[in-house]
Amino acid sequence: MNALSSKPKHLLDFQDWSAERLNALLDNADTMMQVLDRPVKKVPALQGLTVCTVFFENSTRTRVSFELAARRMSADVVSFAAGASSVNKGESIRDTIEVLTAYKVDAFVVRHQAAGAAHLVARYSGKPVINAGDGRRAHPTQALLDAYTIRREFGTLEGKTVAIIGDVRHSRVARSNAELLPKLGAKVILCGPATLLPRELAAEGVTLTTDPREAVRNADAVMALRLQQERMDAGYVGSLQDYARVYQVNEDLLAFAPNEAVVLHPGPMNRDVEISSETADGPRSRILAQVENGQAVRMSTLYHLLVGRA
Amino acid sequence: MKASILSADEMRRALTRIAHEILERNKGAENLALIGIHTRGIPIAARLAAKLQELEGVDVPLGRLDITLYRDDLSEIAKQPIIRETEVPFDLDRRRVVLVDDVLYTGRTVRAALDALIDLGRPEGIQLAVLVDRGHRELPIRADYVGKNLPTAKSEVVKVKLQETDGTDGVELWDLEEVQAAQQ
Repeated sequence: MNALSSKPKHLLDFQDWSAERLNALLDNADTMMQVLDRPVKKVPALQGLTVCTVFFENSTRTRVSFELAARRMSADVVSFAAGASSVNKGESIRDTIEVLTAYKVDAFVVRHQAAGAAHLVARYSGKPVINAGDGRRAHPTQALLDAYTIRREFGTLEGKTVAIIGDVRHSRVARSNAELLPKLGAKVILCGPATLLPRELAAEGVTLTTDPREAVRNADAVMALRLQQERMDAGYVGSLQDYARVYQVNEDLLAFAPNEAVVLHPGPMNRDVEISSETADGPRSRILAQVENGQAVRMSTLYHLLVGRA
Repeated sequence: MKASILSADEMRRALTRIAHEILERNKGAENLALIGIHTRGIPIAARLAAKLQELEGVDVPLGRLDITLYRDDLSEIAKQPIIRETEVPFDLDRRRVVLVDDVLYTGRTVRAALDALIDLGRPEGIQLAVLVDRGHRELPIRADYVGKNLPTAKSEVVKVKLQETDGTDGVELWDLEEVQAAQQ
């Protein structure tokens, strides 16, 4: 049987996705990048389909990236912002999704502050669902765009090492990368203060360390994670200054990394907290490339999930 | 196989004739470009370019077009949504483009290719060259250059084999049932 023949219906995490299909999705993102470079940045592949972005939690950049991706593929887009909806009047996710499904929406892109919410939408809608971030559990398209950015840089993910530094405990980006990258042949080193580094994330291809110099020593990519400042009051870290002194991704830390190592950040950034401005804007930074690549990866994701389901 | 339609020699002669027709119709090779449609249109376009070079001494620019994102039969590609590279490394504006494919059948591939080309630029004109026209058009599309007109039944399959993709040259007619049985 062909490795691509079992086609996942949703992108909630990477459980149902084979390495072959993930690589095919990344390969097709190359074509989507070509489309974005053309005078007409639009193809008719998803013409006649409607994609609904349902954001129970705010995120302008992820929502815009998905909406542009859907439009570039000629899908219609309807946007549902929970803040201005009947959710405020007590309507459940189930009722919200069932109503939107009755409007003949063909796919959902869902963000929610609770882990597992995207699974719930998948159960009630019967339509393809893309998880655009659920609580601290998963953010698969962010991990895909990170993987794609590294792949474009080095031509492959096989044998590459990615150091992810910061508030790992609360990061769905770190979790999704720790799930995806080893599947594609890369090694992941998760690094942060012990209070923000859950031991249970250690797995095959994923190691943990509290020492950022050790983390970056053999890294091909160094990813800084946002320090969620609301954690400061919870006692996870001493002070911003203490945290930044040890864990900030900056030129001093990168002196311990190989010369060709690149820097990533999923955004939004707290400049001069988890990453220095000098590094964020410096020659190793691929942060804006991540944004551009994100649109292509999301186009490819929509294509993989929606093609043939019209 | 039901019948051999073109031998390697006959295929070569058909392509030579098409190259002559292209030159005659366009009064030379100036401002001409050849764009092959994935998969077998690409080597056929390359062979036509080589013949134009041989006949006219002109290097006609060569491009490749994947029309997957423009197809209107998405369910057909559901299992293998692999998109191949589109590469048109020259400006299409004010060029006469000859679109090249192996077999012309329903016309849907050509329609998609026309949409894709027009998104890439504004050619002065687009012409269509195919090695085999097997009929059964579902759209009002016809080829400007045809290697072989081949009346077929819908229950038949035309297989174009090329050295570059299949290790041998030739065109064959098969029964669809026979082809499907071999694929299982």
